[in-house]
Parts: sequence; C-alpha cells; structure tokens
Amino acid sequence: MKAIKRFLHGIVAHLDMPLLLIVLALMTVGLMTVFSATSSDGFDKLDKQLINMAVASAFMLLIARTPPQTLMRFAVPLYVVGVALLLGVALFGVVVNGSRRWLSLGIIRIQPSEIMKIAMPLMLAWYFHKHEAMLKARHFVIACVILLLPIAFILKQPDLGTSLLIAAAGFFVIFLAGLPWKVIFGLAAAVGAALPLVWTLMHDYQRRRVMTLIDPTSDPLGAGYHIIQSTIAIGSGGGVGKGYLGGSQTHLEFIPEKHTDFIFAVFSEEWGLLGNGVLLLLFTLLIGRGLMIAASAPTLFSRLLAGAITLVFFIYAFVNMGMVSGILPVVGVPLPFISYGGTALVTLMLGIGILMSIQTHRMLVKK
Amino acid sequence: MSDFYHDEQDSDRFRRRLLVAGAVVLLAFLLLFSRFFYLQVLRHAYYTTRAESNRISLVPIVPNRGNIVDRHGVILARNYSAFTLEITPSKTLDLETTIDGLAGIVEIQAKDRRRFKRLLKESKTFESIPIRTRLSDVEVARFTANRFRFPGVEVKARLFRQYPEGALAAHAIGYISRINAKDEEAIEDKGQTANYKGTDHIGKIGLEANYEYELHGTAGYEQVEVDFVGRAVRVLSRTPPVSGNNLTLTLDSKLQKIAEQAFGGRRGSLAAIDPSNGAILALVSSPAFDPNLFVDGIRFDDWDDLNNNPDKPMLNRAIYSAHPPGSTFKPLMALGALTSGKRTPAYAIADPGYFDFGNRRFMDDKVGGHGAVDMFKSIVVSCNTYYYRLANDMGIDAIARFMGDLGLGSKTGIDIPGEASGILPSPQWKQRRYTKKEQQSWFPGETISVGIGQGYNAYSTLHMAHALANVVNYGTVFRPHLVRTVSNPNSGEARAIEADPVRQIALKTEHVDLIKRAMAGVVKEGTASRAFAGAAYQSGGKTGTAQVFSLRGGKYVAGQVRERLRDHSWYIAFAPVDQPRIVLAVMVENGGFGAQSAAPIARQVFDYYLTGQAATGPAPESEAPGEASDGPLFEDEPHEGD
Repeated sequence: MKAIKRFLHGIVAHLDMPLLLIVLALMTVGLMTVFSATSSDGFDKLDKQLINMAVASAFMLLIARTPPQTLMRFAVPLYVVGVALLLGVALFGVVVNGSRRWLSLGIIRIQPSEIMKIAMPLMLAWYFHKHEAMLKARHFVIACVILLLPIAFILKQPDLGTSLLIAAAGFFVIFLAGLPWKVIFGLAAAVGAALPLVWTLMHDYQRRRVMTLIDPTSDPLGAGYHIIQSTIAIGSGGGVGKGYLGGSQTHLEFIPEKHTDFIFAVFSEEWGLLGNGVLLLLFTLLIGRGLMIAASAPTLFSRLLAGAITLVFFIYAFVNMGMVSGILPVVGVPLPFISYGGTALVTLMLGIGILMSIQTHRMLVKK
Repeated sequence: MSDFYHDEQDSDRFRRRLLVAGAVVLLAFLLLFSRFFYLQVLRHAYYTTRAESNRISLVPIVPNRGNIVDRHGVILARNYSAFTLEITPSKTLDLETTIDGLAGIVEIQAKDRRRFKRLLKESKTFESIPIRTRLSDVEVARFTANRFRFPGVEVKARLFRQYPEGALAAHAIGYISRINAKDEEAIEDKGQTANYKGTDHIGKIGLEANYEYELHGTAGYEQVEVDFVGRAVRVLSRTPPVSGNNLTLTLDSKLQKIAEQAFGGRRGSLAAIDPSNGAILALVSSPAFDPNLFVDGIRFDDWDDLNNNPDKPMLNRAIYSAHPPGSTFKPLMALGALTSGKRTPAYAIADPGYFDFGNRRFMDDKVGGHGAVDMFKSIVVSCNTYYYRLANDMGIDAIARFMGDLGLGSKTGIDIPGEASGILPSPQWKQRRYTKKEQQSWFPGETISVGIGQGYNAYSTLHMAHALANVVNYGTVFRPHLVRTVSNPNSGEARAIEADPVRQIALKTEHVDLIKRAMAGVVKEGTASRAFAGAAYQSGGKTGTAQVFSLRGGKYVAGQVRERLRDHSWYIAFAPVDQPRIVLAVMVENGGFGAQSAAPIARQVFDYYLTGQAATGPAPESEAPGEASDGPLFEDEPHEGD
C-alpha cells in the first residue's frame, strides 16, 4: 500500500497543473474533432486515438518524473543514435509514398526523424550548457553544424515539414542562447538572397506547393484542391460555425486528410470564428505557460530546452493553421494534440513531460 | 561572485529573448485570427455560396463483369439486371422502423432481415446495403409511390451474377460475393481502389477469384450535380465503363456433367486433361455446392448446411485433397526404373508372395505370389513384390527425384487458387516436416512402402492426371489450365492462356511406349478389364487402392468395414492408346478397390469424350475383380489390393 501511495504521490508531484489542464482541453477538442471527421467510419479512429493518447500520456508521466540532469545525460547518445538511424534510412530506408523516411526493424517501422524532434533541442541545450558563461562565436558555429547535419539527411528523404520543425527547434535554442541580433539579421538577409538558389534545388512537388499557395486556382484538381476546399470549409463556417457534426464540406468528403493534417478545416467549419478564437486562446495559454516555465528554470540547459520546446509547439500550431487557412504552403505538419496520429502525439507529450520535469524539479535544484 | 554576475546577466538576456519570442507568437496568432476573420466574417457569404455549389461529385459506374463460357460456348457465369431495395443506414432516422415500414409495402422475410443485419455489420454506415433483391415490377411501383416516407431507402438497378448451370463445375468456376475488409486490402495492394469504388462484389474462389482483374473491367464515372443531402440532380458528363473480359474455358461442360453424374453423390474427385496442351477438360469435386447461393450474401442456414456437412462440399478435392495413390503409382515407378537404368523391361523376378526386408515381411496381394514377373506383367497384375524390391534398389532419393520431375509433390500451377503441393516423401521432406530429432530420420523400410504408392505419398487427382499426361506426352510438360482464352468483349480480341510447354522431362520413347503398352494390358486383361469390356476404343489405365484404416492382424473384408473406413478407390487412364486425347485421374473416397468404383467412372467419361455416347447417371460399381481379391495385410503396412 505504502509503495503504491508513494508511487502515486510521485506522479502527482511532478505534474504541472496549468499545463495539464490546457493539454487535456486541447486533447478533448482533438477527440471530438477526430470523431466528427471520421464518424462515417464508426468509432474505429476514435478508439485508436484514445489509445494513442493513453500511451502518449504514459510517456509524459515517465519523463515528468525524470530530473532534468538525467535528461541531460541522454542528450549526446540520443543525438548520435538519431543521426546514425538517419544515415541508416538514407542507406536502407523503406520508401513509402515516394519518400524514404522509414527504417524497417523486422516487425516495426520507425521514423528516425521523429526522434530528432526531441534529440535536437536536447543536444543543443546540452552543448550550450556545457560551455555556459564562455560562449564565443565558434560555439555558435559548431551549434549550427550540429543543427544542419541531421537536417541535411531529412531534407534528402525528402521531408520538408519535418526538416522545418527540427530546424526551428534547433534555431530556437541557438536564438535563446543569445545569438547576436546582427547575425540573425545578416542570416535572414543571406537566406533572402539565396532564395532563387533554393528554388532551383527544390523538388517539383515542393515548387508546386509554393505556386499553389500564390494562386490555388491554378491547379484546382491537383495540389490546389486541398487549399481551395479547406478555405471553403473555414469560410463557410462563419461566426459560430455549422454546429458539431454539421460540416457539409467535411461530411460530403470534400476535405482531404480531414482527420490528420487538415483537421483544423473540420473544426473550423463546425465551430466558426468563435471556436477558432477559443483554440487560439488555448494554444496561447499553452505557449505562455511554457515560456513561464522557461523563464523560471534554474539552469541554462533547462531554460534553453523549455524555451525551445515551447516555441516548437507554437511552430506546429502556426504552420498547420496557416497552411489549412491558405497563408502558408502545404507542408506535412499536424495540429498539435488535435490531429489523429500516434507518433506525433508521443513526441508532443514527451515535450510536455520535459516541461513538467523542468518545472517540478526546480526547487530541488535550487536547494 | 563574477560567475554569479555573469549568470544574472545571461539570465536577463534570456528573459529578454523570451519576451521577443512571446511577442512574435502573439503577432503570429493575431495574423491567423485576422485571416480567420477575413475568411469567416468578411468573405463568409462568398464561401457559403461556394460550399453550397460544392455539389459536384463523381459517381462511379460499375462495369459489366465478364462472362465465363465453356469450350463450346455454353454459358457458365453471366450477369442479369434486377431491382434491389437498398438502405443507406447513415441517412435513415431509425433502421428498425424503416425496415418495419418497408415490410408493409414489399415482402421482407425473416431471412432477409438476418442477411441485412450481417451485411450491416460488415459495411460502413454510408454504404448502401440491400434489404431485398429481385423486386417484382409491382413491388418497385409500390415502393416508388411511397418513397417519400423512407429517407435513405432507394430502389437500384443492379447487375447480379448468375451461374445458370448451378453446381456444375462450381469448384472450378468459383463464385463472387460481397467485398470484405480483407478483399479491400488486396484491392489496395493492387492499386485498384479507384476502379472498385462502386463495385461491391469480388471473386472469392476458383476462376472468379483468379481472373478477378480480367473479369472486373474498368469503372466509368458520371460527374453529377447533387443536392444538399447528396442526391444526384443532373448529370454533367459521363465516362462510360469498359466491360470486363470474357473467359473461354478449356472445360467441356457436357463432359463435366457426365463426370459429375457418374459420381452419383459419392465423395471424390476427377481431373481430365488434354495431354497435348494441358487443357483441363473436366475437373470434378464431388459433392459440389450451388455458387448462386453466395451472390447476394449467403443465408445463414445455407451456410450452416454447407459448412457442417460431413461430406465437405466446399472442399475442392481435385486440387486440394491429397491421398496415397496406391498402385496407380506403379507405372510411374516402372518408368523411373527404366529411365534411371535400374531395370530393363525383360528383367524378371521370381515372386514368392512376399518380400523380406530386415526382420519384416512385406506381403503381396496374391498368396503364393505371381511366379516370374517382368515389368509388363508387374503392371498388368499389379505385383507388389516387384515394386518392393525395385524401391529398395532405386533408393528413396532417386524415386523422389524422378517423381518430382514428373510434377508430383509440387503445385502444378493450375489457374485457380487453393492448390495443394501434396507430399513427395524423401529424407529431406521428413526433416522439414518433423521437428523432433527422432522423427526426422528416414528408415529404409519406409522406402519399400513408398514404392507401391503407400506410406507418406499423398497427391491430388490433378497431380496424378498431370503426371500421367507428362508421361504419355513423352516428357513434354504443359501447365494444367482451365482458361483457354481471355477475350475483350468490345474488340473481340482474344488472348490465349498458356499454349506453350513449360519444360521437357528427359524420357526415352521406347520406355514410355512400354509403360503405355502395359497400361493398355491392364484394361485388356488386367484389373480394369471388366469396367472397360466392350469399349469402342483402346485405352490404358491403372487401378489403385489407398488404405484408410489399418486392421492389425485382421483380414480386410470391404463389406465388413464401416463405409468411412473403406479404402479409397483410384484409377488413372489415357485414351486412345496410340494418340492420347484425354488423360484422367479419378478417386472415389471409401470406394473400395480401384476397379470397383473409380474405373467405371473413367469409362463413362471416355465413352462420351471419344465416341459422343455415354450412359448418364451414377457409374455402376463393378464387383471386386477375381484376380485381386480381398487385400492381405502386413503388420502396420498398407495393403495393396489390385
């Protein structure tokens, strides 16, 4: 009995209530919307997503109990394994839908780029922490190398969405570690200048996506179809939406990938601007809480990690809603805690677990 | 202290950076919100109109499934159009009241409801599921008048599959039935999902399954304008479907019918092949089933009947059931001995009526033996002792190699699914088959029983017919096949299936001729003479008996053993002897001696195929032939009866 009590106490002690409530609220919205999007197929997807959530939450609880110092020890091995697996994918990967993203390990297939989403901020936070208080220009250069190595592999797969998320995660660490503004602006200018070159290096389908964004009607039955249909769904939702389970765009099957990447169109059609406002508020609260945790974190490692993870949540949400509403190109990024899918959910909940760990182990470190 | 100062400074900068990031987040979300405001408030009217007019949907048009006809054009599978009453569960308010209401207008029996419930469980709620099939014109009119009362219920004209000959060649033709989750996966794997959008039936077994993608055709599409609940209002454009290809079979339905009737309901199978090209002329598995039962979704009680029937009518015995071939193995053994040089035709043994091996005695069927026996006589009188000794001299490896060459112990490649490989015994096979060390080793005594077609040997009738066809064809091997041509119904263009030989077995002409002569001797003066008395053509054959039950120390008396424990009766044959046009293998389960049940069936098939005349109806059972009476037994060894 005592052991169980202690165990339960250990779990509760490492939960951050505000964060937990926000995530639960988002997941509730997610479950409802997944059901609406897939109701014609019965409860199958809903059941599976519930299981995904339970599994992801177990991971979160586990990480939340793990002190940041322990997490730090995993930084280098996880990064090295991640890069090695990416190399494995490049050499022996399985091609699914024209992209070489998966590594087959007998019965299961893993997507090593997913590991990188956690490993990257962990590694860079560890690196800056190690060189704390004596950061020089060369440390930033090395950090950039650490960042770009795996991204090169992932871009090659090709997986633009994931490269973008990992690049963002790494960039946030470097930015928060104090990359001088002049360098940031200098880089931005350089990237702007390099855009024509990037254009020539892009894959055809990536170019098409950018073109489609500028003028979706140029390809109404191909790449533009997604954006046209999702903006119609959002726009026809109006102020208060068509009501739960009442989206005609959704239920007449006009929205593609409506329970995964385009789930926001389903939500938006049924709940309108009001629902969108609430959803944005929930994400703002999530990010606000994350930034607060980062601000009060005791060590450089935990500060950088918490800050970067929080901002990655932002990127997920912003890029997804931006692409579904037609202001960003279509890249494969799910809406955090809402979209159907187990892998992304586990990664996100690991991030939440890290935030909770940093927050709840704060006092211990100070002592 | 300086460290602390540094730390504070760092931490301040960090917080400033966080503030910048937070500001960016708020700005970005504000941007999103203004985009939503633009779409949902300022342009709301526009997008509402777009959503309203977003009503053009593609409706698939199911293509006509190809017909299946026999070699003379007799239709074995075709389509007919009929009206069905269908319910889309997601569009109805209450399923039970809807069905009860419908029952007041058209006849809906309890079995229709049961079938509907089962289909409901297998389908998605937006799929249209039939509650009644084959509505009469009056029923269609009555429903149409009351249609407004039943949202989600529609009368649809559908094509149905029909097998006009009923159970004839049912195992070969197979049947179609509703697509289930597993079929859907297969369709996806083949990249055919779009083509099957409107299709709800798929070939499950037999030719219907094997040639599914030939028979199905290419779906067409109609671009239609739909109203707010998705009902079609206007057709905008139409891409017509392309009908599936027709199959012309090698099967002769009249021959098939005569062969099936010859079984008279007895369990067993028959495979008849044209040796010159591998075309299957008849493929019988008795008893059979009516494939028409499956088309609309089989009723529960029908399924129960088929499934629980001890005679297992769903089993395709001709390709799947493998049994020891008994003495029909002997001509193949003899050919193997000649080919490998282990025997010359003239080499004769003195048969004392038994063969001693180690401390075991293998008995011949004739007490006292057959005297001097050369190869010709060994086949005509079916002398066990000759083959005991031959098996011992050849050794199991040489036997397995030769029989494998003839096509035994592997799939023949027939164009219907579900074929068994059979068992070609060898030390390697035993090692694979058993996991325990002590069961894995091969005993020389086992070779002896393999030599007379007993022991582990197990082949289907298709195997035996195929092997014999390869022999009488002097080693040229054709893949046995049921489909002669696949033809396009629009262009009439026909594509032949498998007319070329697949390989050549090294056999000498004079060796094959000796075997053929000896098998002709069996019909003329041996165990099959009674069954073929008075035939208008010359045929060669060999009877065989496969033991089902071993009686320890007792004497096997057919009449006294319960029916299910009686021996299986085999007969393999070809005709005419000079230029064989047909080769067959037939087996009657628990039919007793080969000459007794199996040979008379072969007689009826040959009579029809070669002379056009045949007695129809069950083949008579001839009395047990005199020269090979009740089979003797040896301890634990199979007995041989002919």
